[in-house]
Amino acid sequence: MPEYSWPPMNKRAVMGKSFDRLDGPQKASGRAKYSSDLNKPGQLFGVFLHSPHAHAKVKSIDISAAKAMEGVTAVRIIAGPGAELQWAGAEVAIVSAVREEIAKDAIRAIKVDYEILPHVVQEQDLSKVGSRAKAAGEQVTGDPDKAFKEAAAVIDGQYGCPVITHCCLEPHGNVVQWTGGTVNLWPSTQAVSSIGGDLAKQLEIPATDVKVQMDHVGGGFGSKFPSDRWGSEGAKLSKESGGRPVKVYLDRSNELTIGGVRPSAFAKIKVGANADGKIIAWQSESWASGGVGGGGMPPIPYVMTKIENFRLNHTAVSLNAGPARAWRAPNHPQASFLTCSALEDLAAKLNMDPWDLFHKNVEMSARPEVYRKQLVKAAELMDWKKKWHPRGAETGNIRRGVGLGMATWGGAGHASKCKVSINADGTIEVEIGSQDIGTGTRTCITQVAAETFGLPMSAVRVKLGDNAFPASGPSGGSTTIGGVSSSTRKAAVNALEKLFERVSPGLGVPADQLEAVDNKIQQKGNPAKGLTWKQACQKLGVDRISEMGENVPAQAAKEGLNTLGAAGIQMAEVEVDVETGIVRMRKMVAVQDCGLVVNPKTAASQVYGACIMSICSGLMEERVMDRVTGHVLNDDMEFYKLAGMGDIGEIVVHMDITPENDKRGIIGLGEPCAIGGLAAIANAAANALGVRVPMVPLTPDRVLAALSSDRRNA
Amino acid sequence: MQNFEYANPTTLNDALGLLGSAWGEADVLAGGTDLLSLMKEYIHSPKRVVNIKNIKELGGISKVGSGLRIGATVTLDELSSNAMVKQMYPSLAQAAMEVSSPQLRNMGTVGGDLCQRPRCWYFRGGSGLLGQDESGKSLVATGENKYHAIFGSGPAWFVSASSFGPALIALGAKVTLQSASGKREIPVSEFFVSPKSNGEREIALKPNEILTQIVIPAAGKNANYEVRHREAVDWPLTAAAVNLTMAGNVVKSATVVMGHVAATPWRASQAEQMLTGKTINVELADKAGEAAVANATPLSGNSYKVQLAKVAVKRAILRAAGIAI
Repeated sequence: MPEYSWPPMNKRAVMGKSFDRLDGPQKASGRAKYSSDLNKPGQLFGVFLHSPHAHAKVKSIDISAAKAMEGVTAVRIIAGPGAELQWAGAEVAIVSAVREEIAKDAIRAIKVDYEILPHVVQEQDLSKVGSRAKAAGEQVTGDPDKAFKEAAAVIDGQYGCPVITHCCLEPHGNVVQWTGGTVNLWPSTQAVSSIGGDLAKQLEIPATDVKVQMDHVGGGFGSKFPSDRWGSEGAKLSKESGGRPVKVYLDRSNELTIGGVRPSAFAKIKVGANADGKIIAWQSESWASGGVGGGGMPPIPYVMTKIENFRLNHTAVSLNAGPARAWRAPNHPQASFLTCSALEDLAAKLNMDPWDLFHKNVEMSARPEVYRKQLVKAAELMDWKKKWHPRGAETGNIRRGVGLGMATWGGAGHASKCKVSINADGTIEVEIGSQDIGTGTRTCITQVAAETFGLPMSAVRVKLGDNAFPASGPSGGSTTIGGVSSSTRKAAVNALEKLFERVSPGLGVPADQLEAVDNKIQQKGNPAKGLTWKQACQKLGVDRISEMGENVPAQAAKEGLNTLGAAGIQMAEVEVDVETGIVRMRKMVAVQDCGLVVNPKTAASQVYGACIMSICSGLMEERVMDRVTGHVLNDDMEFYKLAGMGDIGEIVVHMDITPENDKRGIIGLGEPCAIGGLAAIANAAANALGVRVPMVPLTPDRVLAALSSDRRNA
Repeated sequence: MQNFEYANPTTLNDALGLLGSAWGEADVLAGGTDLLSLMKEYIHSPKRVVNIKNIKELGGISKVGSGLRIGATVTLDELSSNAMVKQMYPSLAQAAMEVSSPQLRNMGTVGGDLCQRPRCWYFRGGSGLLGQDESGKSLVATGENKYHAIFGSGPAWFVSASSFGPALIALGAKVTLQSASGKREIPVSEFFVSPKSNGEREIALKPNEILTQIVIPAAGKNANYEVRHREAVDWPLTAAAVNLTMAGNVVKSATVVMGHVAATPWRASQAEQMLTGKTINVELADKAGEAAVANATPLSGNSYKVQLAKVAVKRAILRAAGIAI
């Protein structure tokens, strides 16, 4: 059995070093071609007709005028008579035409008669949703009522975060061509290896008939796993149009309406503690919605899961709004926000520094020691003890405050297969059915292969984004780097063994006594007895070595190449203008637990991006639904507000790269860093203002309302 | 998108001859930062688009008496970097810089700023300027209105999107509107109107006219202040412009105009009266802010804008007086 383990931390030449991402220049210069950039010869444009009503039944549909328009090649009905549409924006029909504007005109020529049904699109006030609420049942542990009676301090708060969307820079869509027996799909996906099979099922054809290719994906965040209607309907339009390729991409309005959302989360939370701050009781009534299907229950109490007495109730609310999709750490940012907000309020009630309260109560988490160390590090980087002040200490028009939030995540590598080839000219080719969603997948795979062969990065060529390559899992759950690095390592070790066997007789050294270092194959520890890498590979003649490697999640922990468990502490410092209610970021600190880090630079980039997403959702980002029309009103980038450069402030990222953590193997980082920031920002505002703003984002209306209710109460 | 004819005249006379007698026949294109999206969204479907960026006489900034003439196609960037503008009308330079997108400042024009359509989400969603539900109720009033008007008596509840409107009114500027049959010059304060029906426009420009220039008289101490949620490009939540004619330290006369609070820029006469004859300090500015919003009538979801309008007025006054905000 070959030895697959990672080389020791202090002996790595390429892994563990910071490299710029290999496709960075291409992406920054615009040379990188995303599927949405493709314009195939003879390409048609597909455009959906979307429901203008939030809840309606199709009574009749007449496509004859659209079909008769010049330039229109096909019209397909998606929701025929009798179909019930559950949200404004639901797909009713699709048209393909030779130009996009003709397709857009054509969908306006389709006549649909709707029976309009009552809709509910807002869930913040649970008392107004009527029968749309479905209780999930109560969970009780210990004796919460008794514990609350015994508690020295009890707080009772209500907190909420609204639905937000994924806002992928590249919207959902694809170019697709169905000609002869083959479907060619150029998608925008997080799942290159599985999307083809998904589409085949929808088209009722063999999976082998779908070829998938994608060089780059412009963001997914969990919203781009399945093959969607743009795939299946696009393929059918192609077939009906004589096999011409069809490009179907959502425009920004539709992207924000039907491209997927993160469910909202609201909760009334009661927490009780001893005088020393130890939490002894928790009670929460939470509710959430991510569309017609309701909303997942955020895992609260978050991180401090070992509270002895608790009572949990959750209600899922069904709304006539576009459906939820996984959003970077599903349910965790919400759970972190709800829990950490309540704990910060509890600390205020106890006149305690929340840092002390969190530090004490991480005893009730799965990894107390890790959180304690992280709290210390984060406090040092934020200068917390100097900046924190009791609520109400700031009295000017511009008030500063600090807050913190916590995170936990898994992140073990997904199932992944990989083929590594050694060519006679010494070059290395890695083929893997993965995708680079922004993680730096290409770069990290290159580093793993280069490290294994003792070669520079430039010797390795990584090919991904094709379902003809060995299957690798979808990029979700922070599983990619662990999965692809492990399969690449194993394939590379297997290939290297074969090369050792080839050169062993000539060198007179047994294959198991050889090593590949510094562009050489040599007797272990003896540079005098060896060949250059080139010389060794020349022995392959017309042959090449191709070996497979596989990461099997069930065995991964035993092998030690990847594992799971990523804690995180984030802190925020904000400045609030109390005359306008405008909150500005000063600083964020992210202390991120990790395992073996393949590329510290791309890993830190994940954390920077996650902090910026937290700033967006903390300060400005929310979907606005219209109670009257049931439409998404801010379906554009003017009023669906994301942070710009001036809104971000300073971000300090600290990765916990240590020999101890390195021994855990690789742990995914995409999601754990996207969790704690929201809570940190909300808590920093509470600290600055001296009063809790119950709902994020911290918009001027909400901040001013909280201040004025505080003045009324005072 | 309706097919349209594209005209690219190089003289004003040619351009005027290409306009229509009713809205929908022709649209004027300058920076295109608004018109293109209006056309893509089927809000405007003109039969002809008349590009005026190649008409030399519509550009340029020049001295006229003790004031300035600003051509309609002067870009926001030209305006904000012009030394005379910065010295005489800091309120305008500030308003231009508050459009915090270099792309918009490079493309957008002063005339376009005055003529742009409202950003009201019901209007942009295709429900018309005065959108109503089936029962005839205002969509804004019954629906979501956190970015809408806090002044006025309806039926228009959108807010004027213009960045320069308040400052130009405060400065006593006039616009020239020219048609093939002649030209008229009206105060900017009369340029903005609150439409009473869906067929009306929110500006006094007629379909056969082009806004050719703005003439601004000599001004007092002037300043503009925007309350913006984002530091990055964002529509202001409220804004205010102030022009103070001083006699030593004492305000001889004041003009105070609020933006993004009503279908037109909104004059705050009570604030003006409060300032007249007094020396500016923080307390007075605060009181003037309060007076400015005393008659506000917010909708169901935008009472917070009353406070923001008050703050905008207060800070614009302080900025004009050179007192730290």
